[in-house]
Parts: sequence; structure tokens; C-alpha cells
Amino acid sequence: MLELKNVSFSADDNGSNIEIIRNISHTISDNKFVVITGPNGGGKSTLAKIIAGIVKNTDGQIIFDGVDITEKNITERARLGIGFAFQQPVRFKGLTVIDLLRIAAGKTLSVSDACNYLSEVGLCAKDYIDREINASLSGGELKRIEIATVLARDVKLAIFDEPEAGIDLWSFNNLIRIFEKMRQERSGRTILVISHQERILNIADEIIVISDGNILKYGEKDIILPEITGTENAINICHKMA
Amino acid sequence: MDQMDAVQKRLFQEVADLHGIPEGAYNLRANGKALMRNTTANIDIQSKKDVSGIDIRIKSGTKNESIHIPVVLSQSGIKENVYNDFFVGDDCDVLIVAGCGIDNCGSQDSEHDGIHRFFIGKNSKVRYVEKHYGSGDGSGKRILNPVTEVHMDEGSTMEMEMVQIKGVDSTKRTTIAELKADAKLLVRERLMTHGQQQAYSIYKVDLNGDGSSADVVSRSVARDNSYQKLDLCINGSAACSGHTECDSIIMDNGRILAVPSLEANSVDAALVHEAAIGKIAGEQLIKLMTLGLTEAEAEEQIINGFLK
Repeated sequence: MLELKNVSFSADDNGSNIEIIRNISHTISDNKFVVITGPNGGGKSTLAKIIAGIVKNTDGQIIFDGVDITEKNITERARLGIGFAFQQPVRFKGLTVIDLLRIAAGKTLSVSDACNYLSEVGLCAKDYIDREINASLSGGELKRIEIATVLARDVKLAIFDEPEAGIDLWSFNNLIRIFEKMRQERSGRTILVISHQERILNIADEIIVISDGNILKYGEKDIILPEITGTENAINICHKMA
Repeated sequence: MDQMDAVQKRLFQEVADLHGIPEGAYNLRANGKALMRNTTANIDIQSKKDVSGIDIRIKSGTKNESIHIPVVLSQSGIKENVYNDFFVGDDCDVLIVAGCGIDNCGSQDSEHDGIHRFFIGKNSKVRYVEKHYGSGDGSGKRILNPVTEVHMDEGSTMEMEMVQIKGVDSTKRTTIAELKADAKLLVRERLMTHGQQQAYSIYKVDLNGDGSSADVVSRSVARDNSYQKLDLCINGSAACSGHTECDSIIMDNGRILAVPSLEANSVDAALVHEAAIGKIAGEQLIKLMTLGLTEAEAEEQIINGFLK
């Protein structure tokens, strides 16, 4: 269970203090698929990064499975079972795909296990396993490898920051299947996804709408989705791609 | 290997991956003296008469054979110049493993300056691996100043893997190559300096024949207060293609001067150079930390991958 208690984040912008997250309190239960949506610049990614420890909240408390993780760093939170897939994955000269998957798994991962994770994200494993994670990979390929690194970890809370950005329609269908499989694989696992996409919102248990650093509304999908359908908070993938 | 002490055995392992007596031809040198030597039907090794060093003669047509000529220094205060000449016949395909390891626990400087000259025959293929390594906690410096000269005949190929990852206090590495028609040179250098170390790495490649090509890539990491100068130059004097790349990570108070340079003396010379120096990107560290590594572990993984 993840509890956010009066979490705020402000940053200095040319001398003036800008509040990006404003006193958010919310509880996310175990075994839930939660989608955070809301207008661009509203604070969604910042909140996700605060949970993973990548951004340090300026106020408030974060409790994960009864442990106060507010002062814990990224590594400590990762070791407690928080996983994070970045919106814009980073490249590494020299590190190969299997190197990264082995780091993610935290153990000696066999080639066949690593291949399974790549196949899950729709990459032909034998073509990718020894590829360097450098500029020769496209944005879509990187994104899929990023998702595979979260799959390779046995996380309790998996956070995906706009996982659909930069991937094609086929991968999009695949992505939905991956989320469903992740939920089945480990009981109690919660998946937190930042997305505007209606089809991802549609498989959510709970939807949170964040705007201007506040939780504008939240609740079960069946209640929230009809309220936001047709707005920028719930975009149809086919419309966007057209 | 019985006549070696434990330090020498460790050094041979570091520089030439030797865990026992190698197969094929070899000449193992320790503390200024030849320790063991073996020749084969196709590969002859003779000591030079005028200066310290050996002549290695490889018969034309020799395929799939290897030559190991590593050197170790385990006594403090040894300074030596060694001249090794490789005469590779035509149509050969051989592996040459060189390298030098110095362990200096004393207060006097230890220095090995190896001068290697290669004369590679027509259509021969040589893979050359050279590792340099230093250890020991004495105040005496570990100094290596290798000079490598490569003369490549028509259609020959030379792949050079030049590695210096640890423990060498001061080094000036000079590599000069000249290529005839259709000869091909590939260089992969990996260099890491730390502490107060200084490393100068100089490459001068002359592409003299039509169809010749060179690809010289240096990846380096400068940590602590170390300094590196990387000077990679290709001269194109024919219808040739050349590429140099210096790619460096800088850490702590390290300093790097990268000087890639090109000189075209023919309108048909196609030459490219690239150079980049930068610290480890914060996003790279953060990504690996979200996978459960500490910042220091993430840094090591990134460097190990970069220098792999």
C-alpha cells in the first residue's frame, strides 16, 4: 500500500517559488491498476518521480507498505520493490541489452530468460540481446527495452511514465496485455501508469486526475472515465495517431 | 611456469590471460631476462644480437597460429628498452598477444619501453592484443612507453586491441602505421587513468594506397586527478577511407585533451573524425539506481560497459 500524506513539491524558477505538487494526500491500495491522467504540465510525472525518489518532495510524507520512505533514496526504494519505467529512456554506450536486463534482475539471468522478457515486449530476442543500448536503437525500441527492465524485476509497485509514448499501435495492444499479465503474476502488485490514453484508462481499477499540482478528481474507473471521455485527459489512440 | 613467483604469475594472467604455458610460439620475459621460449615449424623467435629484444619470423601461409610475448617486471627499479620485430609473411592469419605488467612495491621507478615493429606481408591478417597493467603500492612509479610501428603490405589486415585499464603511472603510447593498397587497419583502444596518472596516446596513420582504410577508435576514462592526451591523426594520400573517434568519460578532477586530426593529400581521400568528452549522464545513474544499484555501483557498471 502506498500512502501520500500532504506531499508537496516546489522549485525555484528564476527567483520565484513555483509549486508543482500542492499538498497531495492519497492512498493507493495493493493489487490495483491505477492510471494518473490530467493536462500536460499538471504534475503527473513529478508525482511519479517523487514516489520513486527521483525527485525529492519538499514537504509531506510517503509511506510504502507501512515503511516511511520519505528520506529513502532511489536505490533504497528500488530495493523495497518500487520499479520505474521512464518516459524517455536513456542510452548507454557499451552496455548491452542483456547487461541491463541482468542488472534489473539483480542476478545471473540466463540468455533464455532475458529473451523471454524481450519477446514479451515484442522484440525478436536474438536480434537484440547483444545490442548496445546506444544511438543505433530507435526511440520505440528503447521504450520496449525500458519496459522489459521493469518486467525483469520482481517489483511490488511498478510505475510507468507514459509507456505508450513513441510506440506503435501493435505495441500498444501488446502493452495492455503486458499490464494484465503483470497483475496476474504477482498478487498484491500495484501498477501505476501515467497516461492520457483511453484504452489504458479503460483497463484501470482507479483513475486519478491531476491538474495544477492537485488531485482534481479520483475514483473507480466506471465513475471517472465517463466524466473525462472526450477531453484531453482521455485520448483515443487511433485519433491521436491519425 | 615453475620458475615464476606468484607475483609474476599474476602479472602474466593480467596482461596475457595466461594461466599456464600458452600453446604455439611464445617468449615470456621477466625482470629483463627471457624466461621461456617456444618456436613452431612456422614461427621462429631469435634474440637480437645488438640490442635487447627478439625477431619473430612467421612463414608465409601460416594460419590459425598464435604468438604470446608478454613481459613482466616484479623487481623495483628495472628500466629496459626492448626491441621486438615481427616479420609476417604473405597470406598468414595469426594472433599476437603482447602486453606488459609491472608490479612495483619499492621506491625506485620501474620502466619498460617496448618498441614493436610489424612488417605484414600481402593479404595477411594479424590480430594484435596488447594489455598494460600496473600494481604494487611502492612509491616508485610504473612507467610504460610503448612504440608500435605497423607497415602493411597490399591487402593485409591488422586488428589492434590496445588496453590499459589500471595501475600505470605514466605512459606515452605511440602508434605509427603505413598502409599500402587495400590494407585495412582497425584499432580499438581502451584506456583508464586514475590517481595522479598521466597518459599520452598518439596515433599517426598514413593511408598511402588506393582502397586502404583505417578505423581508429579510442574510449577512455580519466578519474581522480589524472590527465590524458589523445592525439589521433590520419593522413590520406590515395583513394582511401579513414575514421578516428575519441570518446571519453571524465570524472572527479580528471582532465582530457582530445586532438583528432585529418590530413587529406588526395581528392579521393574520405576522412572523418569524431571526439566527445563528457561526464557520466545523471539520467544514466538514475536509471541504474531505479534498478536497485547504488550510485557507486551504477558508476562502475557504466564505466565497465563503456570500456568493454
